[in-house]
Amino acid sequence: MNNQGSHIVKTTTWSPGPGCHGGCGVLAHIKDGKLVKIEGDPDHPMNQGRLCARALAMTQYVDHPDRLRYPVKRAGKRGEGKWLRITWAEAFDLIEEKMNTIREEHGPESMVFNVGTGRDIYAWICMLAYAYGSPNVMFGLSGQACYGPRLSAVITVQGDFAVFDAAQWFPDRYMDPRYTPPECMIIWGYNIHATCPDNQFGHWIVDLMKKGTKIICIDPRLSWFASRSKHHLRLRPGTDSALVMGFLNVIINQDLHDKKFLERWTNGAHLIREDTGKLLREDDLTDTGSHGNFAAWDAENDRPVIWESADVAYRDSQASPALSGQWEVVLTNGDTVRCHTAWDEFCREVDTYPLDKVEAITGVPAKDIRAAAELYAKSKPASIHWGVAVDMTPALTPLVTGITALWALTGNLDVPGGNVFARFAFDVVSYALPGTTGPIRLKTKELDKPRIGADRFMPLNKFYWRCQTDMTLDQIFTEKPYPIKGMWIQTAGIMQGLGMDPKRWKKALEKLDFVVAVDLFHTPTTQYADVVLPAGTFLEKDSFRSWWVPLQSINKAMTVDECLPDVEINFELAKRFDPEYGYETIYDLYDDILKPSGMTFKELQEKGWAYPPEGSSSCPYRRHEKGLLRPDKKPGFRTQTGLFELYSTLREEWDLEPVPHHEEPPFTPVSRPDLAKDYPLILSTGRRSPAFFHSEHRNIPWLREIDPDPLVEIHPDTAASHGIGNGEWMWIENWMGRARYKAKLTPVVPEWMIMASHGWWFPEKEAAEPSLYGVWESNINQLIPMNHHGKDGQGAPIKHSMCKIYKCSPEEVNHG
Amino acid sequence: MAKKHEFGLLIDYEYCTGCHTCQVACAQEHGWPAGMGGIRVSEIVQKLPKGKYYLTYLPFPTELCILCKPRTKKGLEPACVKHCMAGCMKYGPVEELAKEMTKKARTVLWVPR
Repeated sequence: MNNQGSHIVKTTTWSPGPGCHGGCGVLAHIKDGKLVKIEGDPDHPMNQGRLCARALAMTQYVDHPDRLRYPVKRAGKRGEGKWLRITWAEAFDLIEEKMNTIREEHGPESMVFNVGTGRDIYAWICMLAYAYGSPNVMFGLSGQACYGPRLSAVITVQGDFAVFDAAQWFPDRYMDPRYTPPECMIIWGYNIHATCPDNQFGHWIVDLMKKGTKIICIDPRLSWFASRSKHHLRLRPGTDSALVMGFLNVIINQDLHDKKFLERWTNGAHLIREDTGKLLREDDLTDTGSHGNFAAWDAENDRPVIWESADVAYRDSQASPALSGQWEVVLTNGDTVRCHTAWDEFCREVDTYPLDKVEAITGVPAKDIRAAAELYAKSKPASIHWGVAVDMTPALTPLVTGITALWALTGNLDVPGGNVFARFAFDVVSYALPGTTGPIRLKTKELDKPRIGADRFMPLNKFYWRCQTDMTLDQIFTEKPYPIKGMWIQTAGIMQGLGMDPKRWKKALEKLDFVVAVDLFHTPTTQYADVVLPAGTFLEKDSFRSWWVPLQSINKAMTVDECLPDVEINFELAKRFDPEYGYETIYDLYDDILKPSGMTFKELQEKGWAYPPEGSSSCPYRRHEKGLLRPDKKPGFRTQTGLFELYSTLREEWDLEPVPHHEEPPFTPVSRPDLAKDYPLILSTGRRSPAFFHSEHRNIPWLREIDPDPLVEIHPDTAASHGIGNGEWMWIENWMGRARYKAKLTPVVPEWMIMASHGWWFPEKEAAEPSLYGVWESNINQLIPMNHHGKDGQGAPIKHSMCKIYKCSPEEVNHG
Repeated sequence: MAKKHEFGLLIDYEYCTGCHTCQVACAQEHGWPAGMGGIRVSEIVQKLPKGKYYLTYLPFPTELCILCKPRTKKGLEPACVKHCMAGCMKYGPVEELAKEMTKKARTVLWVPR
């Protein structure tokens, strides 16, 4: 207690509230059960006392007059905005009855569980879905185009994800003697002043810049980073993969790559058959050979040598495998085939991207690409940080594996100040990101079989435990191969946030028998629910956060009326749907998930946060050398070969291109010159605001004040040629639809593109149809189609489409 | 030098990222309703030679800034300085801050009302 009669609760942010991916330490000042003030915790290593605008506005959030404070059920038709208050017991009973009916009549897979951005909900929505028996947990973006695809792509070739190193693994951070700041950092499609996505505190990069880190910025906009960069590569949206090929071209052809890493840790020496174009495997060479083993050419003895994948070693340890060359190999059937190496194959692809060609594709001058690639390759260490732009393109895997090859081939993988492996602290898995599994899982593998898209798209099958979003939307209408009858939507807004072509999502919700929404406020999406449940903010729950390092507890500071934390809502229903559910309380569940840490939840709570010790798999560096990555403790990577795969064995097995390359996206002036006649401007979306996290916070006065209107950035010359003045309302239109935005005239965007903000709806407007909080007025997703995901079911053209613009008429300006 | 203008705010606008944390920190500390506050962040885009531009964010203390006197009396930093995500704001005696300015370009020293 201090002298004002309030007490302080130390806790950790993780939405709901600031909405982000959390992790900041805060001090919540509580008086008479209410939040009176919130501050950054100066002792917390993650934010070191700092705190963002959204977290600092929590007093306006928790006590907001519009907060949902008790469960309601629909009283009128869907979209009429009429609700009836019910008790929690009534809500749970109603949900249990309706969802049991769906399960009995159609099977558990007929319920889809829709989740939003990476919050303290993934574990708990999976807990509910899996206890109910449905594998269909759906992230609402077309092609799941945020983060998960990036992880899947990196894991495909590297076995583990990696992130830029800001010493976040150590409690004393930059002071830790093991740490070195990067000399240079590539910021790839990421803007800082916005948010802290993907569990990275954005301003760590500012800390590094103050320590001398030079910036290479890859962004069509003049972002804050671009303005302070050594090289700003202003590429045409959607051509990132051509640019990365240009980088690789410079680095390899100027011999700037790390040959030791290439020889020791990649599958560059493995042989590729020229008759099939596929990897030579041991069963090609001998009848008893393993299909999982590969071969290289032993230059010393002039014969093939087998790579034993399980041993992560060549069978003959004396062999000297050649990285480059052509040889004839005799197969088990007696045929002779010519082979070359995977490295030659990789380089051959890279060589098809000379810089003049890359300049023609990307619009970035060749000399700038060369200078930037040289700076990155010669800086030791150097790191790369990327934003969601890399996911928001259909050919994201060829792009992401190219960037991954960049950090590996320059010797920057898991070195201080490079890109280091991101593992869950102490291997505690609650939010099972791609490639990981924790204690929360479906009871049987059989139950996972109907997961939509998992049989067709192998990254979903193997790494990423979601259903394919575009196929799910289609299946709601087609009912093939089985009908979808209900949807559970939790802290997600398919109509105002994640949904592309959102009117189609509205029709889909209308078609369903039963919809539950769990949220903190009514939104356009909740208007289509049959039951709406009030969730609590991060201040209203006990939970924990296991997302890389450290492991942190979230400590309940207060309650608000009848609001319940997401985890408690889902826990109650999980027990109802699975009579054998193994836990009495959420704390039993927490203790079980936390077991690998050696701590109970109470013990973690007492510490607040915990860092894995040196020698554990979640503590850097050089873990592939130390045998800290693989379950068998052998040095190497968690890939099929145990190596960093420049040539992806999995992609080859999936009949997808095994090496990085560029594919022109579906809606660009290059791929669709026919559309470019009517829609001459490039439309990019997702301009971030520091005041909002996606579709949230439009109702928080201190935050809305910072960004009151839906803005589109437009170059002054482009605006002038359309007769549009600064601050004037204008339409953005294409073949899909149109949206009204306020013009912000600024040279930070090039003349040939506009950049629209996303997630706009107007909580101050009417809830009922047809207004739906004005969700159709400025929703840029209305211009973006579904069903253009990449060949592996991931990625979508969200940041590069085409449009025309024109000024609103006076009547359209004075809208309601 | 008049005693009442002893303290000021040193802003390193090379590193201000325009996150608006200072604005909300101030509103919370002093209970300002939306539309009022002791600090505001401006965006300045300056054209340079060769078609280049420089993007600057600049926090500016308004008529409502009292340099968080109730906090500084207790030895605490002003709310904006404490929470600044970029660590680009500093509070202190004007003379000390002015000396510090000589070591770092792209800084501005404010002495609010």
